[in-house]
Formats: sequence, structure tokens, C-alpha cells
Amino acid sequence: MWQERSAIEWLRWLAEGRVSAVELVDAAFQAIERTDSRVRAFLHLRPEQARVEARSIDERRRRGEELGLLAGLPIAVKDVLCVRGEPTTCGSRMLAEFRPPYDATVIERLRAAGAVLVGKTNLDEFAMGSSTENSAFFPTRNPWDLSRVPGGSSGGAAACLAAGQVPLSVGTDTGGSIRQPAAFCGVVGLKPTYGRVSRYGLVAYASSLDQVGPMARTAEDVALLLSVLAGHDPRDSTSAPVAAEAYHQGLDAPLGRLRIGVIREHFESGLSPSIAGAVRQALDVLAQMGAELVEVTMPHSPYAIAAYYLVAPCEASSNLARYDGMHYGLRCDESLPAGDGNEGRQDASRLVRVYRASRSQGFGLEVKRRIMLGTFALSAGYQDRYYVKALRVRRLIRADYERAFERVDVLAGPTTPSTAFRFGEKLADPLAMYLEDLFTVGANLAGVPALSLPCGFDENGLPIGLQLQAPWFREKRLLQLAHQFQQRTDWHKRRPAL
Amino acid sequence: MSQAVPYTIVIGLEVHVQLLTRTKLFCRCPTTFGAPPNTQTCPVCLGLPGALPVMNRRAFELALRTAVALQCRIPPRTKWDRKNYFYPDLPKGYQISQYDLPLATNGYLEIADPAGRFAPKPIRIRRAHLEEDAGKSLHDEAAGVADSRIDLNRAGTPLLEIVTEPDIRSPLEAKTFLSELKLLLLYLEVSDCNMQEGSLRVDANINIHIPTASGMVATPIVEVKNMNSFRAVERALQYEAERQYVEWQATGLTKENAPKQTRGWDDQAEVTVAQRRKEESSDYRYFPDPDLAEVTIPAHQIERLRDEMGELPGALRKRLEQQYGLDAYASDVLVNQGKAVVAYFEQVARQCGDARRAANWIQQDVLRVLNERHIGIEQYPVAADELAELLRQVGDGQLITSRAREVLERMVQRGEKLEQAIAALGIQSVSSNQLRELCRQLVEANPRIAADVRAGKRQAVGALVGQAKKRNPNVNPAEVQRICLELIEQSE
Amino acid sequence: MPVEINPALVRHIAELARLELDDQLIQRLASDLAEILAYVERLDELDTESVQPMAHALDLTDVFADDVPGPCLERQEALANAPKKDGEFFLVPAVL
Repeated sequence: MWQERSAIEWLRWLAEGRVSAVELVDAAFQAIERTDSRVRAFLHLRPEQARVEARSIDERRRRGEELGLLAGLPIAVKDVLCVRGEPTTCGSRMLAEFRPPYDATVIERLRAAGAVLVGKTNLDEFAMGSSTENSAFFPTRNPWDLSRVPGGSSGGAAACLAAGQVPLSVGTDTGGSIRQPAAFCGVVGLKPTYGRVSRYGLVAYASSLDQVGPMARTAEDVALLLSVLAGHDPRDSTSAPVAAEAYHQGLDAPLGRLRIGVIREHFESGLSPSIAGAVRQALDVLAQMGAELVEVTMPHSPYAIAAYYLVAPCEASSNLARYDGMHYGLRCDESLPAGDGNEGRQDASRLVRVYRASRSQGFGLEVKRRIMLGTFALSAGYQDRYYVKALRVRRLIRADYERAFERVDVLAGPTTPSTAFRFGEKLADPLAMYLEDLFTVGANLAGVPALSLPCGFDENGLPIGLQLQAPWFREKRLLQLAHQFQQRTDWHKRRPAL
Repeated sequence: MSQAVPYTIVIGLEVHVQLLTRTKLFCRCPTTFGAPPNTQTCPVCLGLPGALPVMNRRAFELALRTAVALQCRIPPRTKWDRKNYFYPDLPKGYQISQYDLPLATNGYLEIADPAGRFAPKPIRIRRAHLEEDAGKSLHDEAAGVADSRIDLNRAGTPLLEIVTEPDIRSPLEAKTFLSELKLLLLYLEVSDCNMQEGSLRVDANINIHIPTASGMVATPIVEVKNMNSFRAVERALQYEAERQYVEWQATGLTKENAPKQTRGWDDQAEVTVAQRRKEESSDYRYFPDPDLAEVTIPAHQIERLRDEMGELPGALRKRLEQQYGLDAYASDVLVNQGKAVVAYFEQVARQCGDARRAANWIQQDVLRVLNERHIGIEQYPVAADELAELLRQVGDGQLITSRAREVLERMVQRGEKLEQAIAALGIQSVSSNQLRELCRQLVEANPRIAADVRAGKRQAVGALVGQAKKRNPNVNPAEVQRICLELIEQSE
Repeated sequence: MPVEINPALVRHIAELARLELDDQLIQRLASDLAEILAYVERLDELDTESVQPMAHALDLTDVFADDVPGPCLERQEALANAPKKDGEFFLVPAVL
């Protein structure tokens, strides 16, 4: 079956002429056709353009032209990355009709590498959420259990891989939005070092935390995709002027006696026993591979969620101010029916009424909640107490990482405290939803790379993720370790029955 | 203030200066003035989702140069902040600016009045920071509820905001400060300071301090906007000070019990008008822009800027006085004309050997033409070495001043070279023998005049000078008069 | 001590954020914000007086571009997504 093969394998087949890019794209659309009415991973599909692009790749290959690293491979992209002239909704009513006049740098790189974009995947609105239930259009379902969420916010990006629709997918991660859905869907996802991948054209949620990252079913494919995504971009001032690597090469190179730090705090309260068990087993595998396990403590990790849920909403409240119905996006001239909750509304100018109506009708509840939280935490009289305090704690969290990485080469632990939950289970309680990010936000606050890969299943047959974190710009080390782990385990080879 | 008023005026200014860059502050759209609406935009300055700012190196350097010239304290590190507010000409919903760590603080600029209407004084600069401009909103008031039109060409243009301490004590001082600041900016080549095109915009904060029996009373601070020329600034502030005094007499409101107000200057009606308060409560929620890296400013960079700065107006005025013996007024006039006029002056002064004559001629003759023709010294038809040669001949007595003016006029009007103009006017130097012979003939031919002179009416000799000029326009009238008087006295 | 999140404060914040919230949502957000802020109170356990705020993930400095003009969008493209336009300008509710 087509979805059994990895991107790397398909590349070999393409090179050998055993399959064409058009056939791969057709296979992808067939798989989508067969499964996506149930999974609902995609917000938009572009079958015509994809076939045209695939044909052109095949044509160029026939002519013997030099082709890019991903030439002919179907890929899905989270709908928070700008694609010129095509829908880029961010899962929001606000941008339902928006067509950016430019390509994100990541999209340019994918095009240059010959990847064939099949469509754009569903997400929590503006990447705010951990379940994809916050999409303004529809929720995506977890291919392992359609009554459960795929995680989020890159839920569509993870689900399309688990459902075998495409071999490669691009997500974004601000507090765990690649790793948590990767864990929930049993695939591999990497949040690179902050600054490793350009953010130009990534619609911002929280600018100092957002990173674009690769997702796939194997670590090797994730590495391949990272090789294309990574690199300095002069259009992004926060892009690191650090040379990218061929991450997919040398993945089998011996790692020597790698010191792996096991984060004590991640095994304390709140971790489900089946996850704890699976992660312990995975650690044993790593030890068998020759790694030395060392317990480390990250004393400030219990504060990471609190710091994150101040820093991210503060930045978001400002980043989302541009959606005001003036120059693009939804404009509503009607305001809500008068009520005593809206005094001061009557004397407002039409301009102000349009602002309020557009933003109130364009944004969903979670986005409003975070805008409100961030606006409050930045406002006069509260900024020092909340926003600035969180920034100070952020430095303490980074210092934890710096100290840990003086002793160990990689940190390991669970990606999530629980496996995929049921729809609606956490919607009513925002804080419970936020705590989903307990183990993942640290990497965003500190800026280090972190990867989630499958390491088992719970009693309900739901995938469990192992999180590996490395020092800044040491993605290669993470990918080598994950790849070599996958050479010894077959968790990543299991497929949901769809 | 020359006229006595029963209060002290206290003014602080906020000046926005558009920096002379080719592109915007955070994107590479051109900043050309007058382009058709919405043709100089890109995803960044449109504030499109996903677009990111990248700092213009040149804008930063120009701002830094200005900060150094204003003697500011410059921190080793500066950063970018977001100022959050909603307005349709602000597409991101925030302005990228600098809040608590501006590029420059604690500077000053000296002002003086050559006419002595106030004593020379430093005006302290509180801070200077870089920020992006907003777009332009156009609204047809007559159309009532109709839509406003937004042009985002200007959005993202680099501005340097310069804020003074409230050290200014009169509208004249305010105007002088602005002229001096503009001159400095022009010398630094950091802005074209064109007020019509919005390259230089001024807001003023003003109140008055009134001595009363129970102590000093301060009126509520008013921010005055919409002043489109330095003259308008002077008049608006004059009006506003008087208005505040009248209002205080009527209401007794003070700074302590009335809020700050914003008023706009109506240039036609010559009044300030209260402006509607923005519906916005002004909580701008400044915070560091996560999209932009901080900027470090090493000490050697400031040193280098200081070294490369060249002479600034204050120092230049003093040097012209000392080196060329000019009076304060002349050096002020020349320096205020800008670097190029000063360079022109210095060349003429050096080459003709008489700096004061050079200064006089430039002030009277050259500047008049520049003003009449609205041109710069670069377009003035007479090169410095030509004017220098003309003035040298005047100094040597080869040319009399009136003839020299005719020569210069011809050079300016017809674009002739010095020699051409002299030849065309038939100017030849007259030898002393020729002159003596001419005078002898005139004295002989006019016995009555000679008699009158001998009788004591010495001014009668003037008629002989007139006749001499008719016979030969190149004669030096003073010489003719001297020789004729001598001949008449000898023939007694 | 936690801040008291009352409906008046929520309305003020909504005003700053240009959001229009009905009474039900005001109540809901007041209680959500109160719960979240009660949770983040734990940050007060940490003494951070001597800790510098960390606003960026990486310590990059001095990132500049040269002052060289690049391409602009065609006006049509710039206005393409505008809810209201007249071919030259974005049209917005009157600013006065």
C-alpha cells in the first residue's frame, strides 16, 4: 500500500523511474478521497495545481534536469502558512476569504525543492489550541479513534500523516503544536530551534515562540524535510545566521555514549501510568543502544505553563490586532443587539462599531480568550506583575536548560501527560486544555529543538509520544537518536484501521 | 519676550523628522513622495498576516548621527517596542516605535537670536527615538458619513521623533529652535525637512505660569497640532498663550484640576480649536517587539560618527567670526543658508583676499538672486572663483563698485563670464594721464563751475563728475572729483 | 493576592481589544480569566528581582537590511483583499 512507504523510499522509486510524481499525487488524492470525509484533516485541497506541478516535475526528470530534494513528493501544509493567491485561513472565519499576495519563505523552499503541495491542513484557529476543536470550520478527528481529537494546533498536519494521506507534512509549534498532535497521532514531529526555520509568511500567533517544523511517519523523513525547511532568511530578523545541515544524511552514524537526561519533574504528578510505562520502556531501549541515562532536574519546569500562558497571549493580543476589518479579512457592519453589557457602544463612532463587530464575529472563543488575557496582562498597572514577571521566569527556564545541557546531550521524557482525549472533554475548561502543554512549552520558551516520536500505545490503543530535546541547533543529534530508535522499534510502523 | 505679559510661557516641542532613506524603516518599499496611492506597498507595510519587519540600516545610522549631533546620551543597546492602538491608517494595529530604551536621551541644542530679543540658551532634548510613520487618511468632511480613503504609501516611512524639555519660553524661541534644528538636520543631511511634504512635523505642548498672590499657578497643558510652518508655530503659540490667560481669568482652571487638552491650529481663522478626544483610552500596552532584534551601539561607532560629522552650524558661526572677522549677524546669515553657501563664501573670501567684502556681496547680491529665483547656490550662475576675481579687482581699484555691480548683474542675467561681461560693458581701466587730461578739459570748458567752487560751493564740482562719466563711463568718480578740485584750486 | 476580575474590568479590557462581548460572554471570560490568573499566581513563588526579562528566544542583535529598494505589490494586489475599496484606496468607515 502506498502509505506504507516513507518519503525517502518514494524518492528512490521516483529516481529509479518505478513511480511518477503524478502517480504519487494521484495516490495521495485517492487516499484523501477514501479517508478524509472521516478524518477531515484538510481545509483546502488543490488537486488541479498539484497535478500540474507533478507533471512538470516528471517532465523535468525526463529531461534529466537537476531536481530538488523533495522532487515529486506530495506534501501537506498547515493552513497558517501563506501561499500566494490561495486560501490561507488560519482556521478562522476572519480569514475565510483571504488570499495572500505572497508565498511564505517555507513555501518558496518547498516549491524550489520540488515538493508538490496537495492542500492545507486544519488547525485550531490561529494555532491556539491543543485539539483542533477550535477550528472555525470543523474539527479534525484522530485516525486512531475518530471519537477523539488529533491534538493541536497542528491536528490536521498530524492526522493526514497517520491516515496515510501524505508522507510529509509541515506544522507549526508555539507551545507544543507539532509535538502534541504528533504524539496523539503516532507520528514524528520536530519543533526546530527558534530561528532555525524562517517565520516569514507564517501567520504569527506568538512571535517569540512560533516555529515551523517538519512532520512525517519516520524520523528519517522528518530529517529530509528539515533539510529543505531550515536555513537563514534575511526577511526574518529572528532567523538564525547559522548554516543549515543535510539533516537526512548520516543518520546512522554511531552516537557514542550519549548522555540522556531524564527530566525528573516530567514523571511527577499528572502523568498517566501507561505513558509513564511506555516512556520508561523507551528509555530502556535508548540505554540498550548505548546511551547513559542520567536523572536531571529542571526546577522551573512547573512554572513553564504559567509563564507560557502569559507570554503567548500577550504577543497574540498584539499580533492579532491587525485583524480589524479594515485592509483585509472579515468586515462586519452590524453590531450585536444592544444589551447592558455594551454600554458605551451607542456613543461609539461607526468606525469603532465596525472594529468591534468584525473582531467579535471573526474570532472564535479561544482566540478571544487569549486576546483578552494578553490585553489584560499587558495593560497599565498589570504589565509588570504578569507579562514582565513571565519574561523573567522565562529566563530562569532557559537557565534550567543551559544547566541541564552542561551535563547531558539530550533530554528525554513524555511528550504529553495523557493520550488523545475525547471531543468536548476539555473544551469547557481552558486551564485543563492548557495543561496539555505541560511538557512541551519549555522548549518554546527556551528556544531549543524538541521532537516527539511514537514509543507505544495505551490500553485504548492510542499512540504515546516520547519527547527528545537537544541543545540549540542540535537537531541532527535528535534526528539521529530518533532514527536509530526507530531502527530498533516498530511503533512507527503501526497504522490505524481506517 | 519683548512685550511684557503677566505670565511666563512654558513650551515643549515634539518634532517628527522623516529620515532621508530610499526605503521604508522595516521593508524595502521606496519612500518617494507623491506616488499614486497604494503603489508603494508590500506585505510588510500593509501589515499582512505573516509578514515580518527588517530594520533599515541607513535609517538607524541617520538617527544615530542626529543623536550624536544633539549631544545626546546614547545607550549601548536599544530596542523596538510595539505601541498598540487601532486606527485605519495603522494596518498592523500597532506602531513599531521605541519606548523605554530610546536611541537617545539628555541632549541639547543651543539657540540664539542675533537681534538680541532673547539671550542665547540651550534647549534640552529629552529624548529622540525612531518609529514608523502611519498611512494617510483622506476624508471628505462634506460627504458626511461617507467612507474615508486610506493610502498606505507612507506607512512605514522612517521617522525620528525628537522631544524637548519644556525649556522654551516664547513663541519666538520656539520658532528659533525649530529653525536651528532644521538647519542642523540639513547640515547632517539626515532629512530634507520639507514641511509641505510632511518631512518635518511639529506638535507643541504649552501652558503658562501666572504669578498670583497665593503663588505660581500653571494653566492646563495644551497640545497644539496642525501647524504647517514655523511661522504658524509662532502664531499658534502666541495665540494659545493669550487664550490660556483669558481662559484662566474666566475659569481659574489649572493644570491640577483640568486634563491635558489637544487643540488644532486653524491657519485661516488664526485660532486654535479644541479637538475631539479620541475614543481610545490611551493605554498603549507597549512591549518589546518580538519580531525585531535589539541593536547594540558600540562606543567606537559613536566616535566614528562624531569624527565624520563635519562642522555643525554652531561651531561654524564661531569659526567664520574668528577666522574671517565677520560680525555675528553676517556669520549667522551665511551659516543659515546652509553648507553650500558657506563653502561658496569661503572660496570667494580666500581667493579675493577680503572676507568682509565677500560676505557683503554674498549677503546683498548673491542671496537676493537665490531668493528671487528660488534656487540653491549650486544653480547660481556665477562660480565662486569668478566672483572672487571680480571682488579682487574692486579691491585693487581696477573696478569701481558700481561698475562691478553692473558686471555681476550681467553675469547673472546673461550667464557671461567675467571677462566677457567687462568687455561687453566697455570697461577699460583709465590711466592717470588720461584721467588728468579729461579733468583739465572739463575745468577749462566750465569756467562758471570753477568759479562757483572757488567761491566756496564745492558741491558744484559734481556736475563735472557727471560730465566725466558721460564722456568715459569707466572713470572713477571719486578720482574725477579729487583731480578737478585740485585743478581748480591750482588755477586760482 | 489575585486580582479581582470583575465584569467592569473585563469590559474595559474588551474595549482596549476592540471586542464586543455580550453579558454571558463577559461572565464567562471573567471566570476563565480569574481561573487562569489564579493559576499563574504560582510565578510569585519565584524571586525574580535580579533576573532580566527575556523577550526573545535567541540573543540575536543588529539585524539590518541595506537601504536598497525592492519590489512593491501592484496596487491591485495590495487592494485585492480589502473588504471595501475604490480601485485606488482602501475604504474604511469615516475617520473624523
